[in-house]
Amino acid sequence: MSIPHGLLALLRHGPMYGYQLRAEFEHATGSTWPLNIGQVYSTLTRLERDGLIEPQATDDEGRQRYALTAAGVSTLGEWFAKPVTHADRPRDELAIKLALASTTPGLDVQAIVQTQRVATMRRLQDLTRLKQEPGDVGGLAWSLVLDHLRFSAEAELRWLDHCEGALLKAASAERTRPPVLEDAAAPEPTEERAR
Amino acid sequence: MNALDLHQVDRIHGQGNAAVHALRGLTIHVAAGELVAVMGPSGSGKSTLLNLAGGLDRATAGSVKVDGVELGDLSPKELARLRRHKVGYVFQDLNLIPALTAAENVSLPLELDGVRRRPARAAAEAALAEVGLVDLADRLPADMSGGQQQRVAIARAVVGDRSLILADEPTGALDSETGEQVMRLLRDRCAAGVATLLVTHDAAHAAWADRIVFLRDGAAVDDTGARPVAESLLTGA
Repeated sequence: MSIPHGLLALLRHGPMYGYQLRAEFEHATGSTWPLNIGQVYSTLTRLERDGLIEPQATDDEGRQRYALTAAGVSTLGEWFAKPVTHADRPRDELAIKLALASTTPGLDVQAIVQTQRVATMRRLQDLTRLKQEPGDVGGLAWSLVLDHLRFSAEAELRWLDHCEGALLKAASAERTRPPVLEDAAAPEPTEERAR
Repeated sequence: MNALDLHQVDRIHGQGNAAVHALRGLTIHVAAGELVAVMGPSGSGKSTLLNLAGGLDRATAGSVKVDGVELGDLSPKELARLRRHKVGYVFQDLNLIPALTAAENVSLPLELDGVRRRPARAAAEAALAEVGLVDLADRLPADMSGGQQQRVAIARAVVGDRSLILADEPTGALDSETGEQVMRLLRDRCAAGVATLLVTHDAAHAAWADRIVFLRDGAAVDDTGARPVAESLLTGA
């Protein structure tokens, strides 16, 4: 997700000035992505430089409003049409942490999984409480962002269960593995592997 | 006073080498108005916990109290009476009687307890109104959706003056939206002062609880109500 595309999407509703864009952005994302006004203005400057937006006449209070140009509409259309690929997302610290934990000696990986599970479950509880709040707090846009956060937390919990299962299975295979004889010949590849 | 208190409860099936520890030193409290979810892998002791809390099984050691009453001190007859008065059950497989209407299903526990038909019917209609089903009071379970049947089961669990609901995977057979409605209903019942102990595999539904207790091998290993302990997990660190 990029802030420039977010601002272009908001300007599709009509010309707006900086503070208005910030308020609309935070409303749509339920403040999960707080913007400072400096970011908004520097982004607007870049979008204007790239010809995607253009300044309009100032309003009665002297505020500078911006509108989409034809190039801006087209860029926005391309953004919506293109799927978000995994390479666009930040690397997941948790996945890396557990992967490294599973190979680091002297660690209780199950304890790490459980600590994370409790933290993620607490987050899911908080998000569920927000969902229970009566009334239309942030409208449909916020409700969808909230659902995304809830489903992500649920998916993380499922993945943690899966990790724990895999760790237990690996530990039990380790315990039941017959001792390796030093002079034993290297095993022949199985038919499956050789194919 | 808590609606449910388990203190240092052991439940051991069998003896000697064949002994299986279903619960080990388990302590759980559920206050009036509180919704507590229990999660854990199969065999972690969730069902044993519900059976003990509902007086369907007896602890090998430790104390189980419902509304301050020690279940271990009760005769079978007293225990059955307490179950009828204080405890409501909601199961995954509903357990509604197919030949009875919604209202008759809900009033049945009261009538079995000696309440006369008319006041029992009035209490059943009040309970059905609380779950938004008063218009379907005279329908048979077969003429209702799964979600509606589960709401009837919840009305049956809370009819009269129950202080404790024991729910075993109550959303298990429902689609996610209907499951959410059921959770909302359980939350409403808790807001009205009923204590609920919910066993579930579903994190999304457990997240509706005030606290989530994680069971493993018959013991509570964590509780989302407890403060997180930040310490290094590296040995020797």
